[in-house]
Amino acid sequence: MTEATIPVSAVGTTGVSRFAGIVSALRRSPAGFIGFLIVGLMVLITAIVPFFLPDVAPNVKEILLPAGSPGHLLGTDNEGKDVLIQMIGGGRTVIFVGFVAAAISTALAIVLGSLAAYLGGWVDSVVVTLADVFLTVPQIVLLAVLGAFFRLDSPLLLALLVGGLSWPVLTRAVRAQVFSLKEREFVEAARLLDLGTVRVVFVEILPNMASFILMNFMIGVTNAIYQLVGLYLLGLAPLSGANWGIMLNRAWIAGAIFNEASLAWILSPIVAIVLLLLGLVMMTRSLEEILNPRLRDR
Amino acid sequence: MSGAVDTSAAKLIEGPAVEPKPSAARRFFGAWLVRRVLKALLTVFIVTTGTFFLVRLLPGNPVETYIQTQIAQTGISYEAAAAQAQNLFSLDPDAPLISQYFTYMANLLQGDFGNSTLSPGTTVAEVIQTYLPWTLFSVGVATVFSFIIGIVAGMVMAYRRESWIDHLLSSLGALLHAIPNYILAILIVVFLGVKLQWFNLTEARGSYTPGVEPSFSLAFLNDIFYHATLPILAYALTTVGSWALVMKSSTVETLGEDYVTVARARGLSDSRIRSGYVGRNAVLPLFSQLAVSLGFVVGGSIFVERIFGYQGIGFSLFNAVNGRDYPVLQGIFLVVTISVVVANLLADVLYSRLDPRIRVSGQGKG
Repeated sequence: MTEATIPVSAVGTTGVSRFAGIVSALRRSPAGFIGFLIVGLMVLITAIVPFFLPDVAPNVKEILLPAGSPGHLLGTDNEGKDVLIQMIGGGRTVIFVGFVAAAISTALAIVLGSLAAYLGGWVDSVVVTLADVFLTVPQIVLLAVLGAFFRLDSPLLLALLVGGLSWPVLTRAVRAQVFSLKEREFVEAARLLDLGTVRVVFVEILPNMASFILMNFMIGVTNAIYQLVGLYLLGLAPLSGANWGIMLNRAWIAGAIFNEASLAWILSPIVAIVLLLLGLVMMTRSLEEILNPRLRDR
Repeated sequence: MSGAVDTSAAKLIEGPAVEPKPSAARRFFGAWLVRRVLKALLTVFIVTTGTFFLVRLLPGNPVETYIQTQIAQTGISYEAAAAQAQNLFSLDPDAPLISQYFTYMANLLQGDFGNSTLSPGTTVAEVIQTYLPWTLFSVGVATVFSFIIGIVAGMVMAYRRESWIDHLLSSLGALLHAIPNYILAILIVVFLGVKLQWFNLTEARGSYTPGVEPSFSLAFLNDIFYHATLPILAYALTTVGSWALVMKSSTVETLGEDYVTVARARGLSDSRIRSGYVGRNAVLPLFSQLAVSLGFVVGGSIFVERIFGYQGIGFSLFNAVNGRDYPVLQGIFLVVTISVVVANLLADVLYSRLDPRIRVSGQGKG
């Protein structure tokens, strides 16, 4: 296993100006900006637009209409529900769980990784061993097994589970970073001033890693969405409500792939998921280029 | 699509390897190997122990559930039901937890994972023996393909930076990297199977044609490759993008190293610099990610195998989850984890053979 090392520049600037720097840098990179726009728009649309749309109601007279039918731009599913409306409303749980899960795992990684590096000793050994174990266990398999034991009813529980399992990669990286940062003069100075472990770690050290953490947060969102939609697709997460994963599951089970008229039904959640993930990956990649000047300048 | 691969930015390569004296190096390697094997064993031990207590202590304890269902359905006594459960789960529900734990571990060491509750009379070990080889085969072939293609594409991108081919491959790589394997699997089924009819989807289901006797003949080899083509395509296409992108950044980093500049100044030929100096060193950090990606792909097999109907371990895991076949679930979980631990170990050993410095840095970081 290698520890990822990320160049840390501009040591000593505050978190706020670092963040502003990230945003302006994202805007300089066209791909990153497009990714930012895609993700932002999709979050806004899935969060707000459903309030202004009619409810999707089953309608036996309009079963499996093809795309382009009057009143149903993307056709209807096997219960006569409008596909377009489902597609617009179907991102909410997916995006919510993705972001909450990533927030949970990022927070865990920051706390565990920085404390392990800063305190060292047995804390470090325990964290590293635990991270190694969780890193080895294939998460999807564990999620599927846990799905059989628990009933993963609420999206929040799902987010907790997904987030609680995906902290190890970032934890190791944060640990490596804090190891190198804690030797710098300004940290030394803060320690001599007796500011306290929590203050030194969270106020002095962490802001220097803001963009790196943001990048990993986006990777976390991508991975959580991958796992979540996959669980829904296989029917391993409860199929109540409507989201892209559930749409996919129902279309797949109903054999939509063999029916010319219902291709839009199965392809629309696919397009939505891929677009969202692509936006996130574009943002992440341009951030990586910003963090690693060699990728950009040469 | 793997986050683990993404956080690469590995800056391990600081200069060409300086070999210590052979005998000292060998002793050093020996100590490192022992530590590494112990670490792998510790991981397996923790996971096994964790699984045991998970199954015993979770809400809706499957052992107790099984006993209650048996009593309710067949009207047998608690003792008889408990005896059946003991047989099925390889543990005695009335014994103290700690002695149950030792029985469980002793059984596991002898390869006794208990019996399937879904298909009575089948041991979990048999289920795993039937399905696991197909997953290892398809995932293994796909990983080799995508690794090689990714490395070549990544080097091309790094050498032709800002050219049209770099932009094309970068965008393609990012797109493939963003698409989940199950989504690509569905798209393959829709377009290659239903639309273009290149593959007969019903015929291609399963890991080989039913009735064909497994043998080392060309015909059988041809048959299993025909059945594995679509899963291999799905795995390889979804991983090749991240290999290419990681290889690109690794190559670009290596190109900036002093020893490459020195090699240029010495007037070495471009091809010699590319293969001997840049390629060799740029590919090294990728080996440590090989094992991580393998774990990721094996995990993803539950989606891909379900969609193609390929009968590997993911397919049987899906059936076990749906049928609440706890012994099989537990067994598959353990075996998949152990496979990943072994793959990690092998990748680390391979990596350390290729790059002796990792043994030095591996010492302090455990």
